[in-house]
Amino acid sequence: MNTQSGAMSGSSPGANEIPAPPTPTMPTRPMYWSIRRELWENRSIYVVPLVVAVVVLIAFLIATIGRAIVIVDPAHKAAVLAERNHFAAAAMMAAAFIVGVFYCLDALYGERRDRTILFWKSLPVSDLTTVLSKASIPLVILPLVTFVVVVAMQLVMLLLRSAALLMSGLSAATPLSLEQPVILLYSLIVLALWHAPLYAWLLLVSSWARRAVFLWAMLPPVVISVFEKVAFNTSYFQSMINYRLTGFAREAFAGGGHGSIDSLTQLTPGNFLSAPGLWIGLAFAAAFLLAATRMRRYREPI
Amino acid sequence: MPCIEAHGLRKAYGTTVALDGIDLSVEEGHILGLIGPNGAGKTTALNAILGLAPYQGELKVLGRDPWTERDQLMRDVCFIADVAVLPRWLRVWQALDYVAGVHPRFDRAKAEAFLAKTAIKRGSKVRELSKGMVTQLHLALVMAIDARLLVLDEPTLGLDILYRKQFYDSLLNDYFDRSRTIVVTTHQVEEVQHILTDLMFINHGRIVLDCSMEEFESRYLEVMVNPEHVPAARALKPLHERQVFGRSILLFDRADRRELAALGEVRTPNIADLFVAVMGNQPGTPQGAVI
Repeated sequence: MNTQSGAMSGSSPGANEIPAPPTPTMPTRPMYWSIRRELWENRSIYVVPLVVAVVVLIAFLIATIGRAIVIVDPAHKAAVLAERNHFAAAAMMAAAFIVGVFYCLDALYGERRDRTILFWKSLPVSDLTTVLSKASIPLVILPLVTFVVVVAMQLVMLLLRSAALLMSGLSAATPLSLEQPVILLYSLIVLALWHAPLYAWLLLVSSWARRAVFLWAMLPPVVISVFEKVAFNTSYFQSMINYRLTGFAREAFAGGGHGSIDSLTQLTPGNFLSAPGLWIGLAFAAAFLLAATRMRRYREPI
Repeated sequence: MPCIEAHGLRKAYGTTVALDGIDLSVEEGHILGLIGPNGAGKTTALNAILGLAPYQGELKVLGRDPWTERDQLMRDVCFIADVAVLPRWLRVWQALDYVAGVHPRFDRAKAEAFLAKTAIKRGSKVRELSKGMVTQLHLALVMAIDARLLVLDEPTLGLDILYRKQFYDSLLNDYFDRSRTIVVTTHQVEEVQHILTDLMFINHGRIVLDCSMEEFESRYLEVMVNPEHVPAARALKPLHERQVFGRSILLFDRADRRELAALGEVRTPNIADLFVAVMGNQPGTPQGAVI
């Protein structure tokens, strides 16, 4: 098309005819808006953690009033309260995990089922951006939401506890240590990195299955486990799956994460980062996400 | 440079051939009507053009390969699909925000101005809108995008006659500016006849007819033959013959207008009649196939 421009090097630039002058374009942020759009569609991402937080707080309020009346020994009281805090954070993480799993199962399946994929694909957003924005929900957004909600919840709990102690005639509760949010953040990052291949697998199945996404996601691990057990009477695959689900505890925390984690000294980031299981998992996650990206290009509405 | 250029475009689903090696060339600034019965391959062809489905053969849209460069291509191409595909949970303001956020050529003020002329509220969800309003919303989004190619796949399916008329009026008055290209498929052929510049019939994955509207008007003639002249008219090898109110209407391809005028009243057929005539002569198509 531009072969003439060389021969016409002496002429003015205007003589070089280019069809359709480029129209001024607005700066776009496809990734940002893709994530916003996920939050519009899936309000459970922040509604579920908030509901769980409110339920836990109401339960905590009842328990605190009860303990303020029943327990007399202040040291005993503080110990019990600390344990409750851990349970609250763990409950939030479990809730976020469940939301993440169900989100991923539907993420690339739902848009094909309701044919909206035709609308999303009619816009200049690449399949990679779409898949990464969807993967960022369980890997980035849910941990962030969990962090904010848990910290807010713990602040409210601190206030309740202080009020209960003051009303019992004791000195106010120990101030919230800065260690707790750091431990929480560390735990959330560890969980997200460790479970990344699980979420990526669910996204891949979601991009591929024509129906029964949950079934297709569960079937291969179950079939392989059963096959291995029957054929070789071993359960390496089963223990691999278990390691993938819970192995982060022994890699990232001293003492295998048993009991409560109260101090930064119990965190073992060096050990976690040097665990082959982490990197193998991340490699699988990347492969699954790339496969899901490719699958999204090929798959048509169901 | 043609806007769309295809050579030997082919697509099969298992043993069913949806597109059987079609050649296609659409120049910029044209409005092409792609007409065919259900299952003829129209949507398959459009999906290939839009990069929504893989295909075999050569295809370039605005100089790009739609399959590998869909996201780039969609900066210059807009698309309204046969069924309402706007997400039902989406609110009107969210639709505007999102498209403005991801599309570099979206003029939000233009979309707002178009919506202001409708009864669509900013806070409504798509599920709360009537079918006609959803189409209006989609049209508002699409018309505010400064695209070079607009693809419409049955855009007015299921709409009442008012919305259908409004749809094409808006398209012609507010959107089409002679530099843009539009490809439209529809069953309501008579509604698009006056806006098309080119016409293409497709059946069983093959192009049956490909001509400009000028060619269509000069080439095809329809004669309401006076009863006494029917045998003479039949001798001229009409493409098709049908009976209306007891009179014979014969459709001719490349006939002499003066010769025909002697036999009865001559006029340009409408596309639907030509479609029936052409498709009726195709093997495997039932006579009077539903368009």
